[in-house]
Amino acid sequence: MTATDTAPMIVPSFDSPRSEGRKLAIICSKGNLDMAYPGLILANAALGEDVETHMFFTFWGFDIITKATMADLKFSFVGNTAMHPPGHSGMGVHHMLGALPGATTMATKMMKKQIADLDVPDVPEFLELLSGSGAHLWACRMSADMNHLTEDDLYEGVEGIISASDFIELTEGAQLLFI
Amino acid sequence: MTTTTIAGRQVDVNDEGFLVEPGQWTEDLAAELATLIGLELTDAHWKLIRFLRDDYVTQGETATLRRVSTRTGTPVKELFALFPGKPAKKMAYVSGLPKPKGCV
Repeated sequence: MTATDTAPMIVPSFDSPRSEGRKLAIICSKGNLDMAYPGLILANAALGEDVETHMFFTFWGFDIITKATMADLKFSFVGNTAMHPPGHSGMGVHHMLGALPGATTMATKMMKKQIADLDVPDVPEFLELLSGSGAHLWACRMSADMNHLTEDDLYEGVEGIISASDFIELTEGAQLLFI
Repeated sequence: MTTTTIAGRQVDVNDEGFLVEPGQWTEDLAAELATLIGLELTDAHWKLIRFLRDDYVTQGETATLRRVSTRTGTPVKELFALFPGKPAKKMAYVSGLPKPKGCV
């Protein structure tokens, strides 16, 4: 193909057999803004690495794929003793200040801005990105029943409302993340 | 870093085979790099490669998959169809750029 009078050619192993058959299951059980993103970002990273990725949205994580709530997830720092303003000035923010009226709204706004500044999409657009990348999105049956929600209430890319056993069955052999 | 010969030209590559010097890249080389990873470049591929090259000049880093998608108006699904498996890395490789660093 080409002359090799220098070092032999190195071709990246994009389709190495090692990644074949690798599967990742991510269980999203929290509906706070800051707990939604880790799952979304890791799923996106896995899909970009050609890893078959299944996400299961359960309990509060159901809000991530519910049309009525997905664009409006919130961040509260109550109970988060690690809370500090963006950057590390050494200044902390007492977590109980987060209980003051308006604190959650303000903290959410700030976090959304930080995320947008990095050109990272909001939750609905992120779901589209994942769907387009081939993610399998599953809704938890029990969560749907508890909230009296049906597939019509969910983001279109959700493949179905399934039971916990169904999810365990279809992610056989997968690496698993519980968030 | 290793010096190797691709398409009759000496180029510097890293241990994965990615070009180290984006300046050593040419469109002829892109076609050869694509062949090496089993791709045949069409106009649709070229549109994306040219975007990646231009964007790298202005941004100083390789565009992520999402950036390529939003800035070129190409659905992510199509990017996966054009550069199957690991589109962001494959696009970077063919464009003679480092792997994207951004998470999303």
